[in-house]
Amino acid sequence: MDSLTVAPGIAAWGLMTGVAMMNSGMSTAEALLMGLIVFAGSSQLAAIPLLGAGAPMWVILATGFCVNLRFVVFSAHMRPYVMHLPLWQRLLTGYLTTDLSYVLFSNRFPHAGSDAEQLQAQQAYLAGNCGVAWVAWVGCSVIGVVLCNFIPAQWGLGFAGILALLGILCSLASSRLRRVSIGISGAVAVAAFALPFKLNILVAILVTVLICLMLENTVWFRQERA
Amino acid sequence: MSFDANPWTIAVIIGLTLVTVLTRSLFFISSKPWKLPLWAQRGLQYAPIAALAGVVVPEMVMTQGQLIHTLQDARLFAVLAGAGWFYWRKGAGQAVLGTIMVGMAVYLPLHLGLGW
Repeated sequence: MDSLTVAPGIAAWGLMTGVAMMNSGMSTAEALLMGLIVFAGSSQLAAIPLLGAGAPMWVILATGFCVNLRFVVFSAHMRPYVMHLPLWQRLLTGYLTTDLSYVLFSNRFPHAGSDAEQLQAQQAYLAGNCGVAWVAWVGCSVIGVVLCNFIPAQWGLGFAGILALLGILCSLASSRLRRVSIGISGAVAVAAFALPFKLNILVAILVTVLICLMLENTVWFRQERA
Repeated sequence: MSFDANPWTIAVIIGLTLVTVLTRSLFFISSKPWKLPLWAQRGLQYAPIAALAGVVVPEMVMTQGQLIHTLQDARLFAVLAGAGWFYWRKGAGQAVLGTIMVGMAVYLPLHLGLGW
């Protein structure tokens, strides 16, 4: 269960999200409910100021949808791994699969299993990682809600979440083309940062995928496939 | 602490939860046999690393929508230290955990002590 090693980062990020919910003026009950069920840090952080400002519901939900658009790409990738499950289990799997769980999973299993046994083993790995991430995230969101008066947001504890992602990024950077793709995606995400709803991340993913498809058959990269 | 909950807020929170399920499972819903075209399948193998880089890089080098113009930023040193640790350990064992710990050990003193 690789997500145990990144759990402190998820935990610190959950903690700061809990604090942010309380600092926005949500009541304890509302913050607890949000921390328990929404399970999407970036869309929560986007929705919190809108809730505080009393924005219309459709604006908040549309914002959450746009911030989550990268997950739609992930679900296209994950489809072959889950279609043997009944619908409700597919929806549950999707609900619980965050960025980190998806990245760890797709790195560990580049191809969907070809028989029932392999598929089940893959599913078990995914469920374990998602379980660890859920406990770390929800547990620490609740702690953040309760202890919000003692943990100033200025401490920047949430940066531990970024460092967790950085560690995973380092472990993925195993070939030249993969390092190039980090450079492209990072640069595009910075250049497109002004886009609303964190769409810079979606644009970065799409641009990187297209460029890598073009590069992988060129002289420099033909030796290595990602 | 206040425990009263506004029904409108509760409805928004439930709506956001449904949005989480919908976006993360969008391609799981239809059970019609259907496959992505081959080029898209190949392309998607670059999606995880691109998504991570797209999330992480702006968080390291931008403040309030602007590229930072100073080297006196605790994040830069934390990132160097964390990545340095990872490569020093050659990614073995608990290298990711080490990246978090070493990075925060550099970040917190600079950020809280020097205000970077």
